Amino acid sequence: MPQRDLQIVMLAIVTLACATSVKAQSSYGIGRAATPAEIAGWNIDIDRDGHNLPPGSGSVSHGREMFDQQCASCHGAKGEGGVGDRLVGGQGTIATPKPVRTVGSYWPYAPTLFDYIRRAMPQNAPQSLGNDDVYAVSAYILNLNGLLPADATLDARTLAAIRMPNRNMFVSDPRPDVKNPACMAGC
Amino acid sequence: MTEPVDIQNDGVVTSRRRFLRKGAIVGGVVLAGSFAGGEALGAAANADNLPPNVPDWMKTPGDAMGSQPYGAPSPFEKSVVKNISNNLPQYLSASGRTPLQDLDGIITPNGLFYERHHGGVPTIDPAQHRLMLHGLVEKPLIFTMEDIRRFPSQSRIYFLECSGNPTYKKPYGKTASDLVGLLSCAEWTGVSLKLVLQEAGLRPDAKWVVAEGADSAALTRSIPIEKCLDDAMLAYSQNGERLRPQQGYPLRLLLPGFEGNMNVKWLRRLRVAAEPTYSREETSKYTDLMPDGSAREFTFVMECKSIILRPSGGQRLDTSGFHEISGIAWSGRGKIRRVDVSVDDGRSWQEAELQEPVLTRALTRFRLPWHWDGQTAVIQSRAIDETGYAQPTLTELLGVRGDNSFYHNNAIWPWRIAADGEVTNAAA
Repeated sequence: MPQRDLQIVMLAIVTLACATSVKAQSSYGIGRAATPAEIAGWNIDIDRDGHNLPPGSGSVSHGREMFDQQCASCHGAKGEGGVGDRLVGGQGTIATPKPVRTVGSYWPYAPTLFDYIRRAMPQNAPQSLGNDDVYAVSAYILNLNGLLPADATLDARTLAAIRMPNRNMFVSDPRPDVKNPACMAGC
Repeated sequence: MTEPVDIQNDGVVTSRRRFLRKGAIVGGVVLAGSFAGGEALGAAANADNLPPNVPDWMKTPGDAMGSQPYGAPSPFEKSVVKNISNNLPQYLSASGRTPLQDLDGIITPNGLFYERHHGGVPTIDPAQHRLMLHGLVEKPLIFTMEDIRRFPSQSRIYFLECSGNPTYKKPYGKTASDLVGLLSCAEWTGVSLKLVLQEAGLRPDAKWVVAEGADSAALTRSIPIEKCLDDAMLAYSQNGERLRPQQGYPLRLLLPGFEGNMNVKWLRRLRVAAEPTYSREETSKYTDLMPDGSAREFTFVMECKSIILRPSGGQRLDTSGFHEISGIAWSGRGKIRRVDVSVDDGRSWQEAELQEPVLTRALTRFRLPWHWDGQTAVIQSRAIDETGYAQPTLTELLGVRGDNSFYHNNAIWPWRIAADGEVTNAAA
């Protein structure tokens, strides 16, 4: 094969290889665009700062009514726990041999309460509560934990502003943290 | 049923075929009666089927083709089922354990794979299931299951383990399943998550991916982008067949070596973000409380661990003499490098044989030949992974973490063998 033809063939091979590589890394053309309305309907994530909290509000007193109807059968009349987790109390116990982990004693961020109640509670009918009701139940649970006055009303701004007592107690993963010398004989 | 053409008009064969069918039906009725209780089976066994006699099951044809279109284990194995406590506070948010001590090899049968769910097991029509990918991406996308299966596929063998397996407090379990049965291993088939993320295009500030399940808990966990671009998979099949509903049908996240809870089942949404979402699961649960009141968050990796399954708690050695010690080892950080076994209550250790191939972030089977002298003995195994990390003792773990940290207990578990051969948990 003449030198010039060989160069053309080589160029073609290199070009083809590049084209294949770029195509593989960019797109398979699989899937369709998600519309803003579709995303808004499914994205119910609330982060620790309260981003994406919806409009609406709920009072502690309305929350008490909702809690009695929707939550007390599993979590106890005053959030003392039952089939469902204990929600109230335990502050000051976390560093003791018998820690009581509740919303008030352990949860680091208040907006998580709204996120979790809306997505997963009540267990027998998740995503059935309206946003006002979720604010109200959140308000009542915070009130039971002494973190919100009895006459308070909660909305996106006030919920995000609450500082939980245990907020600063979370640390990153230091593992591996336990060493075994792996003795083989005479141990 | 399709009949072979060459015997279609053979009167003798047809007659015999009719007999076979009738026999199969009668046999089915008899079986249903016999297997209602295990004792009936045991009583049916007698010396008539032992040498020099010809066993009954050779004197009559067996079940006809088609009697079990899917297939099930032998009725004599019906006690090998998931280990599910009968006094759980509730069964919607609950777990069921793999009967590890009854299994061989490294692959967990799909029906015995451990389960943990937080809002029951949803029944999802794959035609109506969608995966949404949005957030810090160039093109937010929606995929059908058919779309997902069009991507280049891969199959990998990985273990999956619940992070609370077991907890740090007594009472400790009686059997291997009680102790570490929230552990299973399968061959997973799916698509590399990296490919799917590239399809949407990641923005420069993409640091986390928040995954959400389509169960009634809408379970949500945040995964660092490094893992998502490394070995993370979107899995739709397990051990060759589509995922079981209990394992996330039709689609689940698979994060090799990371705690089970993050491997979100019934996966419906991936939101690419700059920060974790700090969901309930990754703040109030799945954080590790230390004695000083601090709590470790985002404790993802399941550290190196092993356990002897034969002999193990609940079993009995019928005779002294040769017994193979066999167990499993695994590490979320990679491959198992070595497993040491002690048969003298930890005074000395010897290296066990590892069954090849040793795969990264999969169960590894180890074995050690052993002659039991009929005396009381304490046996235990200690795994070391390719990072050089050695599985700690429970005392070493408790010394650093206390007993309230709940998750990531990877302690060595010793078994006591009594002189009568009964095997019990030596740490209980």
